[in-house]
Amino acid sequence: MAKPKEIANRPERLTGGHRLCAGCGAPINVRQVMSVCPGPAVVSVATGCLEVSTTIYPYTAWRDSMIHSAFENASATISGVETAYRALKKQGKVKEDMYFVAFGGDGGTYDIGLQSLSGAVERGHNFVYVCYDNGAYMNTGFQRSSATPCGAWTTTSPVGKEAAGKQQNRKDLTAILVAHDIPYAATASPHNFKDLMNKAEKAFTTPGPAFLNVISPCPRGWRTPGDQTIALAKEAVQSCYWPLYEVEYGKYKINYKPKGDKKTPVADWMKKQGRFAHLFKPGNEALLEDIQAYIDRKWEELLKKEECL
Amino acid sequence: MARKAITGNGAIALALKQVEPDVMAAYPITPQTEIAQNYAQFVADGAVKTEYIPVESEHSAMSAAIGSCAAGARTFTATSSQGFALMWEMLFIAASLRLPLTMPVITRALSGPINIHCDHSDSMGGRDCGWIQLYGEGAQEGYDNAIQAFRIAEHMEVRLPVMTMIDGFIISGAIGPVETLEDDEVKKFVGEYTTLNPLLNVANPVTVGAFDSLGGWYFEHKVAQNRAMDNAMKVIEEVGKDFGSLSGREYSHFKTHMIEDAEIVLVAIGSAAGNVKTMVDTLRAEGKKVGMLKVRTFRPFPYEQIRQALSNACVIGVMDRSDSYGAQGGPLFTEISAAMFGGETRPKMFNFIYGLGGRDIFPDDIRGAVETLEQAAAGEQVSQTRHYLNVREG
Repeated sequence: MAKPKEIANRPERLTGGHRLCAGCGAPINVRQVMSVCPGPAVVSVATGCLEVSTTIYPYTAWRDSMIHSAFENASATISGVETAYRALKKQGKVKEDMYFVAFGGDGGTYDIGLQSLSGAVERGHNFVYVCYDNGAYMNTGFQRSSATPCGAWTTTSPVGKEAAGKQQNRKDLTAILVAHDIPYAATASPHNFKDLMNKAEKAFTTPGPAFLNVISPCPRGWRTPGDQTIALAKEAVQSCYWPLYEVEYGKYKINYKPKGDKKTPVADWMKKQGRFAHLFKPGNEALLEDIQAYIDRKWEELLKKEECL
Repeated sequence: MARKAITGNGAIALALKQVEPDVMAAYPITPQTEIAQNYAQFVADGAVKTEYIPVESEHSAMSAAIGSCAAGARTFTATSSQGFALMWEMLFIAASLRLPLTMPVITRALSGPINIHCDHSDSMGGRDCGWIQLYGEGAQEGYDNAIQAFRIAEHMEVRLPVMTMIDGFIISGAIGPVETLEDDEVKKFVGEYTTLNPLLNVANPVTVGAFDSLGGWYFEHKVAQNRAMDNAMKVIEEVGKDFGSLSGREYSHFKTHMIEDAEIVLVAIGSAAGNVKTMVDTLRAEGKKVGMLKVRTFRPFPYEQIRQALSNACVIGVMDRSDSYGAQGGPLFTEISAAMFGGETRPKMFNFIYGLGGRDIFPDDIRGAVETLEQAAAGEQVSQTRHYLNVREG
């Protein structure tokens, strides 16, 4: 990868002036990913915050070609674009080398967009799928998705007499993508920009489909101050809520292993977010323990996967 | 020009092969499957330059077709019934992005209950999604319309997607004679594809499908879309004439049979038009003043011209192969009624719904419909409500 200073001097491919919230993780992630894209790109964006805030007609914040068609089909749409590229390149009607990338939030990826993503990966289209995961449907308010962590309050996993936020654990989407035998899959976080950009560059240069799952703190939904986005992303990684790892052709590699007291309790990270506030009232101790136990189990599983796969 | 014994699906697959678009995205569904698999074979044999995307659903078929067409490639897909319904959301988006896609639709009943046979519930249900709709009577028209669709869709004053219908199984799976053109004639007729603002133009990146909601231009975009439909009216006729000079088979928005002096006119669409025409000939031989109008263009609907063509009729019977729940009649009936409402004289109008879920229609059913119309012509009181042909009542 080029030196960070050199990358920082490249022209921005997602310009300022878009209307994403102050402190939103999505544009930070997009800019880091696009900064290492080796050539002109076509970007397909699922319906969501990123799409509505960057393409308010008649304006656009994208300097690459961008297409949005619907919520659940960013992958199918980019499949078509990428195939058209191969067809026209073969006929000599397009000369340049081009790259293809799809961005979706967790709702558009873990839930409604999963079929379309699975199909496109199975067919082996040469594209990068980037999920910016903030753990809920944010564009429409703040509703649960299958990426919402256990215990989080959302308007469709509310807190009441019978329920303390979301009752289920998150879907392990990266594992689902790995099960597709995808050439490259990785998780990343914007606080570790070198790691993220390194992975994005690998994703762009790996032939065939590649998948990046990037944590994307959301000040509005998480009920956190806008200037804490990067700190919260970092703590998510240190608590092993969001481990950093990559899988190349089925081979696991963990990129950051917090040792000893560097692995922070997940409750410390949760305490800083309004969406978990109810869990810190007396009576919810057992639930907090369950959440920690789940995080620990998944982390242990990952360590084992790295060892044997 | 060659004469082939071929199925309706085979004829359409051949037409598409002769056009040889850049990209096809498709998911197989009965009774369209033969098109998807014939074309897959052309690709596998290297007989076409087309790239084939074997998607995982019809929703993705239409999504990938949208991506491909927006990228700048000449693109098509094909569908039927539930597949059409699954594409539903994306059909509107394809039209709103003004993408000149083409799609043969092999008409079939919609679930539920599940039924694989022919009716027009699928395509008629999609009449307001912004696509141009052309209906064919048989395999020949399926072949001819599939070719013309590219010229119409890609015309610079139109730039709208076009779907071309033939009736499932009755036409799609039946072998019959089809006059085919030579490959180079077809290629010359459709011409080179010219893109507008493609995604793959590196020198001029574009944003397609922007968010048009905050003090936006959504209303103006919709009006522009409908004006493009207005423009399509004359383009469809021009292309139909050109196709006539090439093939000897000229096309317009509709075709009439013995309506000049007809007091009673039956209006039909799709494969049943052939049955109706035969019955008209039989009834004429019996001295009855009966005629037929066969609709080809359903969107945009040629109100003005149809009103003129039907202006001498006293009684009109409209035959629909789909129903519209809670409406006064099937989709064709409400269109024809609306067209006639603007005329000076107001004929009596009756709706005959037939053939749902592949139910056969027999000559006697059509004769029965004409008898109902004759009673009305003679001044008898006839119920204006929907009439169902060959349905088991009670």
